[in-house]
Amino acid sequence: MAVLTREETEALIAEVLEVYPDKAKKDRAKHLAVNDQSVEQSKKCITSNRKSLPGVMTIRGCAYAGSKGVVWGPIKDMIHISHGPVGCGQYSRAGRRNYYVGTTGVDSFGTMNFTSDFQEKDIVFGGDKKLAKLIEEIEQLFPLHKGISVQSECPIGLIGDDIEAVSKKASAAIDKPVVPVRCEGFRGVSQSLGHHIANDTIRDWVLDKRDGKAYDSTPYDVAIIGDYNIGGDAWASRILLEEMGLRVVAQWSGDGTIAEMMNTPKVKLNLLHCYRSMNYISRHMEEKYGIPWMEYNFFGPTKIIESLRKIADFFDDSIREKCEQVIARYQPMMDEIIAKYKPRLQGKKVMLYVGGLRPRHVIGAYEDLGMEVVGTGYEFAHNDDYDRTIKEMGNATLLYDDITGFEFEEFVKRIKPDMVGSGIKEKYIFQKMGIPLRQMHSWDYSGPYHGYDGFAIFARDMDIALSNPVWHNMTPPWKKAEPEAAQKAA
Amino acid sequence: MANIMIRQADNGGLVFYLPKRDLEASIQSIEFDSPEKWGGELKLDNGGAYYIDPIARPPRLPISLRAKRLGAAED
Repeated sequence: MAVLTREETEALIAEVLEVYPDKAKKDRAKHLAVNDQSVEQSKKCITSNRKSLPGVMTIRGCAYAGSKGVVWGPIKDMIHISHGPVGCGQYSRAGRRNYYVGTTGVDSFGTMNFTSDFQEKDIVFGGDKKLAKLIEEIEQLFPLHKGISVQSECPIGLIGDDIEAVSKKASAAIDKPVVPVRCEGFRGVSQSLGHHIANDTIRDWVLDKRDGKAYDSTPYDVAIIGDYNIGGDAWASRILLEEMGLRVVAQWSGDGTIAEMMNTPKVKLNLLHCYRSMNYISRHMEEKYGIPWMEYNFFGPTKIIESLRKIADFFDDSIREKCEQVIARYQPMMDEIIAKYKPRLQGKKVMLYVGGLRPRHVIGAYEDLGMEVVGTGYEFAHNDDYDRTIKEMGNATLLYDDITGFEFEEFVKRIKPDMVGSGIKEKYIFQKMGIPLRQMHSWDYSGPYHGYDGFAIFARDMDIALSNPVWHNMTPPWKKAEPEAAQKAA
Repeated sequence: MANIMIRQADNGGLVFYLPKRDLEASIQSIEFDSPEKWGGELKLDNGGAYYIDPIARPPRLPISLRAKRLGAAED
């Protein structure tokens, strides 16, 4: 059940759009919708993956963010060069909390920033020589790295550097993979194209490098695709799969290595968590190597059980049996958590606005706690994501694509959710409005939220955010006293 | 001409995928569907229509093919 009826929600959208000039209003109207579960195709009600309007506040990223920040960045034993001016790499360094095991600076490089630090002369005369020298220096200073990726920033595409040629030459010289990635920030409308470009480069430069080589495989090999190990998410997912008797060969790309990626074509099943950022490589492996892929959801016990059973159905009875054992083992723990937190959180309303998969995946976890998601939206989704979202959301709830700062504030003011789940850019705006916000990108420096262990943390975090006594003290004392004083005077 | 991929859907039907535009749609009808001649005009559930040169039925799906769009671009 939504807070507002369909007509009220439609009226709210119309009211919020009122401030825009006609052209902008027409454009933004297509991105806002009232959910209707009977709609089969999202394109009939919502438009997505379009260029943001100039002049509005959008929270989208760029193709470089999608490639270096999301897909390539977490591969821990490779060095990812931010090729171009220093800022892109420095301001995105270590911000995403992709946890990994390893000694940073020796055999792992996840939180370090490598950049070619472009200066004026590099723009004028080209940066290829600098890149070649940089790779040479890296090889000398960090001999234990297993490969290099060259992540282009905007100027590389503008000045026409040939990073492919430099990479091929350097790769032959150091005998390690050097992958040029053409993920200049100006490409595409959001980070989504960066994911696609990154997937394509993995396909072309990494994936087939161990084809035909001997490999000790088992019938239970799987790969976790599209889990970036934020706050340890992939580890919380991995243990469940291992307890089921499956062998996790690769983690893409949280806490992942390039060797794991090269071994992925040998697995029996690809488990896809973030559909948006890695469906491309899954589709490729399905065609080339005949590996089936399935989407799963490890948020909240209901969805975990559903997903575990679905995964087990790909394998034989021994796995199915162990899967039921895993479910039975964790059930008391889940019952305890729900018994503890559900009475405290029951009926609370949440609005979400996140990135690739969470606007739809976390709905189940909130529902397990008795909470209700009354609005959701994606920064950079495509129509296929909304196709999957419509079924998860209640009727007459709000859907918003690439929402602007203004629209989001107005919606929250009117719908008055008990909590907002979004990112750091929204956090303090809404908290100053008196609405608790949990960051759903970085798990607000907590986590993991995936798997059974993650759900325990998720439930606790939602409770501490909502039950914080500060929310009762939003009105300053001199304003609180006013109505009483006014009454006395009257 | 565009590269497309056709894969088997969970419900037994066929799914059309256009990577360039991230367009995923199920195929409602395929003009030729016999072992030796497979392809022709594909009608999609989103209203679009594409043409692939008829080939022998591929032994394994998914398969990447070149397709021509018939009619105006759909969303």
